[in-house]
Amino acid sequence: MEVLSRYEPLVDDFEAFLAACERSLPAVVRVNTIKAGVERTKRALDEEGVGYEDRKWNETVLELDTDKPGNTWPYFHGWIHGQEEVSSLPATVLDPQPGERVLDACAAPGGKTAQIAALMDDTGLVVANDNNLGRLSALRFNAERLGLTDVAVTRQDARNFSLKPFGFEAFDRTLVDAPCSCEGIIRKRPDTLDEWSLSHVEGVSGVQKGILKRAIQATRSGGTVVYSTCTFAPEENEAVLDHVLESEDCRVVEFDTPLESRPGVTEWNGEEYDRSIRKARRYYPHHNDTGGFFCAKLEVTG
Amino acid sequence: MSNDGQRFDRLPATDDERELESRATLEEVVGWWDERFGIGSEEFEEHTFWEKGAGKIWIAYGEHPSPTEIEGLGMKFLRTRQEHWKPTTNAVQRFGRVAKKNVIDLDPERAMAFVRGKDQEVEWDGDWGYLIAAHEIAGEREPLGVGLYLHGELRSVVPKGRRRED
Ligand SMILES: C[S@@+](CC[C@H](N)C(=O)[O-])C[C@H]1O[C@@H](n2cnc3c(N)ncnc32)[C@H](O)[C@@H]1O
Repeated sequence: MEVLSRYEPLVDDFEAFLAACERSLPAVVRVNTIKAGVERTKRALDEEGVGYEDRKWNETVLELDTDKPGNTWPYFHGWIHGQEEVSSLPATVLDPQPGERVLDACAAPGGKTAQIAALMDDTGLVVANDNNLGRLSALRFNAERLGLTDVAVTRQDARNFSLKPFGFEAFDRTLVDAPCSCEGIIRKRPDTLDEWSLSHVEGVSGVQKGILKRAIQATRSGGTVVYSTCTFAPEENEAVLDHVLESEDCRVVEFDTPLESRPGVTEWNGEEYDRSIRKARRYYPHHNDTGGFFCAKLEVTG
Repeated sequence: MSNDGQRFDRLPATDDERELESRATLEEVVGWWDERFGIGSEEFEEHTFWEKGAGKIWIAYGEHPSPTEIEGLGMKFLRTRQEHWKPTTNAVQRFGRVAKKNVIDLDPERAMAFVRGKDQEVEWDGDWGYLIAAHEIAGEREPLGVGLYLHGELRSVVPKGRRRED
C-alpha cells in the first residue's frame, strides 16, 4: 500500500481510495452475445437460483451473486465470461464495427478480444496477438469456449508487429491493453505491489511506448487506437501518450465515459505533458467500486 | 505438399482440386455435418475451412491467405484422422443448435453427469457413433457437447478443461 502514497497529489479522497484498494472485487461477468442474449442468460441464472445485478452503462455486464461463476450452466455453455467491470470499458471505447479488421496487440488471456469479437457479431477479423505462449494458450481456450470464429491468433513482439501473414496493409482499429505494473488490480491480487520498483515502472514504460508506436503505424489513417492499462502510474499512462504524440501522426480524442472518471494528468514529478492528454480518463477504485484503470482514445491522422 | 502442424492450409473445395490425398475437402466436411446432424451448408456460408496438422480441421470467418503461418485461425471444428469423424465440443456448442438429427436430449440429472465426464446407460434407437448431447435451458434446447453412443452407453467426450467440476 505504501507505494500508492505517491498518488496522493492526484487522487481526491485519498483515504477512501486506499480503503477501496483493500476490499476484494465483486464477481462480474460479461454476457457473450455470440452464443446467447442477455435475457436468455438471465433466465438460465434464475433457473439455477443464481442472483445477478445489472450495470446500467452496459447491459452485457452482470454482477453475480456467487464467488464461483464457473459453476453455472451459462458458464459451461460459453454464454458468460469473467471480466472485471472496468476492463469491459476499452472495447466499448474502441467501438469496433462488424466486418472491420481489428488488432488486439496485447491480447492474452483474451477477455477483451472476446468482447471485441462479440461487438463485431463474430464477423470481420480480430487479430489477437501476444508474445507469451502460455498466456496465448489460455486465450485460445477462452476464444474457442466462447465460440469465436473471427479471431486469428499470432505470437509476435507487438513492438515490431508484422501484418505479413494477413496480406493487407493496415487495421481499422487497434487496442493496446498494455503490460503494466498492474497497481490497479491490487483488489484482485493484494500482493501486486510487493515487487513494485520505480525502475520496473520506467522499464515497462519503454515497452509501452514501443508497442503503442507500432500500433499507430499499423492502423489506417482515420482509424482508432485505444490505449489502456490497469495502473495509476503517469509514467505508464500520460508519459507514454506524450511520447507517441511527438513521434507519430495521431491525436487524442474525447470519448463518452459512462463510469465516473478523472481527466489524464498533465503534470507529474516536474514533467509536463501535452494538454490534449486531459482527454484521457483515469478510473479510481473508490469511484465505481472497480479496479483502477486508465484509458485513452487516439485518432490516427497520417 | 504435405500436412504441416505449423501452418493453416485451406481445404480444397472438391475432389478435383485436391492435391493432398489424405486431406478432406470442403464438400466432404460440410456434407458430413449435413448428413450427420442435418446442419445445412447455408450455416457455413460465411466461413472457410482449414487444416493444421493431419486431420485437424478448423473453421474461420471470412477469407485468409493460404497457407497461413499463425498460432490460431478461428476454432477447431472436426477431426478427420480416424475412420469416424469427430466434431469438437466447442463447434457443437456454437453450431449445433440447429441440428435436426442425432441429438440426444438429456434430463437435468443426466445432463449434469454428462458434463462431469461420466459415461451412462441410455435409451437410444438412433444411429451409433458421435451424437450431439443436449438439454433444455431457459426454455430452449441447448447443445452440451459431443457424446459417443455405443452398445447402449453414452460416453461423454467433453474435454477435461471444459467439464463442470462442481
Ligand atoms: C494487461 S495484459 C492483457 C490482457 C488482455 N488484453 C485481456 O483483456 O485479457 C498484457 C499482455 O501483454 C503481453 N505482452 C507483454 N509484452 C509484450 C510484447 N512486447 N508484445 C506483445 N505482448 C506483450 C503480456 O504477455 C500480457 O499478456
